Amino acid sequence: MIEFDELEEIVFIIKKQYGYDFEGYSRASFLRRINRYMELSGLATTVHLKNELINNPENFNAFINEIVVNVSEFFRDPDFFKSLIANVFTYLASYPKINVWSAGCSYGEETYSLAILFKEMDLLQKSRIYATDISTNALDKSKKGIYSNKDFKEYSNNYFSCGGKESLNQYFVSDGQKSIINSEFKKDILFSRHNLVTDGVFKECQLVLCRNVLIYFDEELQNKVLKLFYDSLPVHGFLALGNKETLRFSEVQDKFKIIDSREKIYQKIK
Amino acid sequence: MKMIIIGGSAGSFNVILSILKELDADISMPIVIVLHRLKKAKAILEDCLQTQSHYIVKEVEDKEFAKAGYIYTAPSDYHVLLNENLSFSLDTSEEVNYSRPSIDVSFESFSCVLKENCCGILLSGANQDGAIGLKMIAENGGETIVQDGDEAEFATMPRAAIELYKKHTVYKLKDIVKKMNNYAK
Repeated sequence: MIEFDELEEIVFIIKKQYGYDFEGYSRASFLRRINRYMELSGLATTVHLKNELINNPENFNAFINEIVVNVSEFFRDPDFFKSLIANVFTYLASYPKINVWSAGCSYGEETYSLAILFKEMDLLQKSRIYATDISTNALDKSKKGIYSNKDFKEYSNNYFSCGGKESLNQYFVSDGQKSIINSEFKKDILFSRHNLVTDGVFKECQLVLCRNVLIYFDEELQNKVLKLFYDSLPVHGFLALGNKETLRFSEVQDKFKIIDSREKIYQKIK
Repeated sequence: MKMIIIGGSAGSFNVILSILKELDADISMPIVIVLHRLKKAKAILEDCLQTQSHYIVKEVEDKEFAKAGYIYTAPSDYHVLLNENLSFSLDTSEEVNYSRPSIDVSFESFSCVLKENCCGILLSGANQDGAIGLKMIAENGGETIVQDGDEAEFATMPRAAIELYKKHTVYKLKDIVKKMNNYAK
């Protein structure tokens, strides 16, 4: 196991060797992820870890994939999506063209959930969804859009709780074990690599969706990323965060109006 | 700073209520409660606990600093971790022991930071969450208490902890309270 006082050096090595900056990551989460990676990879001590990072660059993608959390589900938090439909979709419908940024898309569950709801509300054909993640492994998985059937019952319940109109199965082709998302959704979603820590604005988007990503950052980095989202939105654009994330304490707080305080949906007002 | 961290699952809710009711009115050491709860349960847990306590009871907020006089509860569907600067971090990574929040995750994280300055208490439950984390607290020099399996409504969780590490102190409810009052003085 690695201890807190050894993290600094690991952060340094990763930055020096690979250009990824984990300085602003929440220390406790970072420590836990590294310990998990070491356990899964059979690295017993910090010396082994350092050796791995320095001498086995071919394993770095797997490392990053384990460090960033890729746990998500379809229609996670139905109340959130319900609120998004009620408060944001009608507004978006008034635009001739809609750009959405799904930041930190991990394996794509949330991005596809949004796309499915867009389709049911007739918004998909005029939308472009930009889905980004720091992990190329996660992006590859997102692009493939293949998911284990194990949790589909829960996903289906979530889907109906969100106000889904059809049946979730119709958007997938399934065999006994896996389901693959219909290709119609893939053509409107552009998956690409973006690092929230170091990369800037790449597109003006009317909706920025970034849920359960900021909790892995310290307050300073949270603030910086929120500023990036602010810069990516036009006035009247919407920002949706995770249930336990907030604009409170951030510099851009007074530039947004709260649309739903429980579901953490905000609208840029200036 | 010292902290008390309580882990509980099935059959723990009433035990926690009784504990809080009996705590001395002059103690204020931060207490963190990681209780397995239903994913979609509304947040009435905090309201229930508040009626029994002189502490301020609140759900953990991300990057909030642990303060005296507060009881913090783990939000449903999030793990709770502790940073070196004694602020909390929430985490939605994979479930551990089929649980999120997981008691093991919190015990381990708190122990990493607090070392001997924490007291871990494991109560009734029907799975094995908490055993590995409680052992880590003990090995890092912290105090560890397990609810007596004969008293616990579900003995699986306390017994799993003892099985893994024999040296935990086993107490019945009234002694857990006494111990907490002493520890927090």
